[in-house]
Amino acid sequence: MNKRYTISVFTENFIGILSRITLIFTRRGINIDGFTASESREEGIYRISIVVTTSEEQIIQLSKQIEKIIDVIKAFYYLDDEMVFQEIALYKIPIDSIDSGLEKVIRQHNARIISAEKDFVVIEMTGHKEETQELLEVLKDFNVLEFVRSGRVAVAKPMETIDKYL
Amino acid sequence: MNDSQIRGAEIVIKSLVAENARYIFGYPGGAIMPVYDALYDYMDQIQHILTRHEQGAIHAAQGYARVSGQVGVCMATSGPGATNLITGIADALIDSTPLVCITGQVVSPLLGTDAFQETDVVGISMPGTKWNIQVRKVEDIAPAIAKGFHIARSGRPGPVLIDITKDAQIALGEFNYVPCLNIRSYRPYPKVEDHIIEKAAALINQAERPYVLFGQGVVLGKAEKALRAFLDKTGIPAACTLLGTGALPESHPNFVGKLGMHGNYGPNLLTNQCDVLIAIGMRFDDRVTGDVKRYAKQAKVIHLELDPAEIDKNVKCELAVLGDCKVSLEKLTEKVAKGNHPEWIMKFRELEAEEKRVVVGNDLSPTKVGLTMGEVIRHINEFKADDAILVTDVGQHQMVAWRYFEYKTTRTQVTSGGLGTMGFALPAALGAQLHDYNRQVICVVGDGGIQMTIQELGTIMQTKAPVKVVLLNNNFLGMVRQWQQLFFDKRYSFTELDNPDFIKIAEAYNFKVQKVDERTDLRQAVAEMFVHEGPYFLEVVVEKEDNVFPMIATGSSVEEVRLS
Repeated sequence: MNKRYTISVFTENFIGILSRITLIFTRRGINIDGFTASESREEGIYRISIVVTTSEEQIIQLSKQIEKIIDVIKAFYYLDDEMVFQEIALYKIPIDSIDSGLEKVIRQHNARIISAEKDFVVIEMTGHKEETQELLEVLKDFNVLEFVRSGRVAVAKPMETIDKYL
Repeated sequence: MNDSQIRGAEIVIKSLVAENARYIFGYPGGAIMPVYDALYDYMDQIQHILTRHEQGAIHAAQGYARVSGQVGVCMATSGPGATNLITGIADALIDSTPLVCITGQVVSPLLGTDAFQETDVVGISMPGTKWNIQVRKVEDIAPAIAKGFHIARSGRPGPVLIDITKDAQIALGEFNYVPCLNIRSYRPYPKVEDHIIEKAAALINQAERPYVLFGQGVVLGKAEKALRAFLDKTGIPAACTLLGTGALPESHPNFVGKLGMHGNYGPNLLTNQCDVLIAIGMRFDDRVTGDVKRYAKQAKVIHLELDPAEIDKNVKCELAVLGDCKVSLEKLTEKVAKGNHPEWIMKFRELEAEEKRVVVGNDLSPTKVGLTMGEVIRHINEFKADDAILVTDVGQHQMVAWRYFEYKTTRTQVTSGGLGTMGFALPAALGAQLHDYNRQVICVVGDGGIQMTIQELGTIMQTKAPVKVVLLNNNFLGMVRQWQQLFFDKRYSFTELDNPDFIKIAEAYNFKVQKVDERTDLRQAVAEMFVHEGPYFLEVVVEKEDNVFPMIATGSSVEEVRLS
């Protein structure tokens, strides 16, 4: 049965590492739903979060093949309930759509306006995909000009840290 | 300029010398010329073998690595030189062969501009290498080579590619070679866990019909003796994969034969009757398992394996014994009970007798007019030395030679297993021979495959490597033809070849030659080949439409192995 998993990969900062990782998904024909990369707590060690929908069997193989890459320190995989995660979404709305209804929607969804320009405002919301998607549906009545959602940033619930693998 | 500084090109060569590389198999060109220029001053410390094509260079490096256990080194220029290495890189990855490939690259300011002979070889070779890197600064050359050698040879070996820009080759830098011994993100040898060994021993001790399958991991892990000790103590029957062949002498009382699509009858069939399957340094390739859904379902599988990514990849195991199989086997041998399994082994022997009756007799001592590939191998066995190395290409001759060649020692089997690369044999035989001019190296090759790298006859001529080339010529792409006969209604689509006069070609390359098409001449011809000291080319015209059996057809289960 397919489920949504997040693979957390800790790597050295090595040119080409992202290509090497994504090739493993390409080879098996698995679509990447979300992808983020940043430096981790340890200086020089990067942390990549990859969201995929696949079977447990596949996720185990994928994680092991990622870990086999020389410059990968460790790859963990988690189900959604084993992580605390967030995504950020931005919505660009034309200025003439602004009314009290919009303000109410923003409040209800715990979103906020982060920028107001001459012709438009930008609304920001942080949350799970389902939540930012729901806001998008509502905002469609206010003529969304642009929408963008980030990949997942996630920390794992288990107390294990990367130090023990260094 | 500081006196102690040398050019990057010279650092490349000095680094290879520091790694005790004996040969560089290569081909010069624009972007690697500074390194070739530096090489000119080091010819007394490292030998360069000029092949006739870069694919020949890398297969020769593979042949050398497989026989010697050392890292094979090859070198090529940028662009087409580098891309011609790719087949060999893919081959070395799937067959776990340690290689360091060094390619020249255009000067760094031109990177990404579609400069002359620029290709993104790091990108192209990424999925085929264990590790690769582009070096653009002179100070990074020696550390990259040191890291490359460490990665290529440690853990599960594999190919590494180091792409060096021409400006880095020309720039001046210090040479201070520090071998790489550790990379913090890379753990090549998982620790063997004692409690796992205990569990494995318990499973083995309870087994009524245990069965060992061993692969190349035994050879790569130098675990031949450990395997033997384990089998001697437990009395368990053992079969080998294509690349594991030779790790255990075939005369060993527990040896029951070979696995796979064209392996032996009993070893395949009885896979589905054992109760504990002990897989050692092998990866359950689909050519070994047949239909994996009907493979050894009744058995508890114990998998001794170095590479964690192989565990449960193809066949789910009851128990994974991660780690160096030499260590695991030695620990396991201490823990297992002494035993023997005469009735179980007798089952293998009974099926072996049936295979002999139905298949082997006709292959080795045929009564029909046409010569068989099998009888050629029978005569090779008659005259070869015990430590002779057999190098084969890909196809029917590969399977027949593997089935009938008498392997007596380890590292005597060189073939393209995982990738099935036609054209592998001739250059690989050259590399194998260069490891030791005094060993017999027999290159058995088909008329299709030899024409993919036939230009390497020139390299054999130039090096005077005394390779014995045995061309089994059926004027067909025989294995494809066999499949067309069995599964495609005999529609022989583009498998028949109009061949050149191979003897004239070999003569032009200064080989001593002989052509045989009559049974009465065969034995004498093989004998003469082994007596000759230099390179020899023996062409044997064999039956056009012979098939290789036993066979497990694609999609069939191992127990559906056919004798005809």
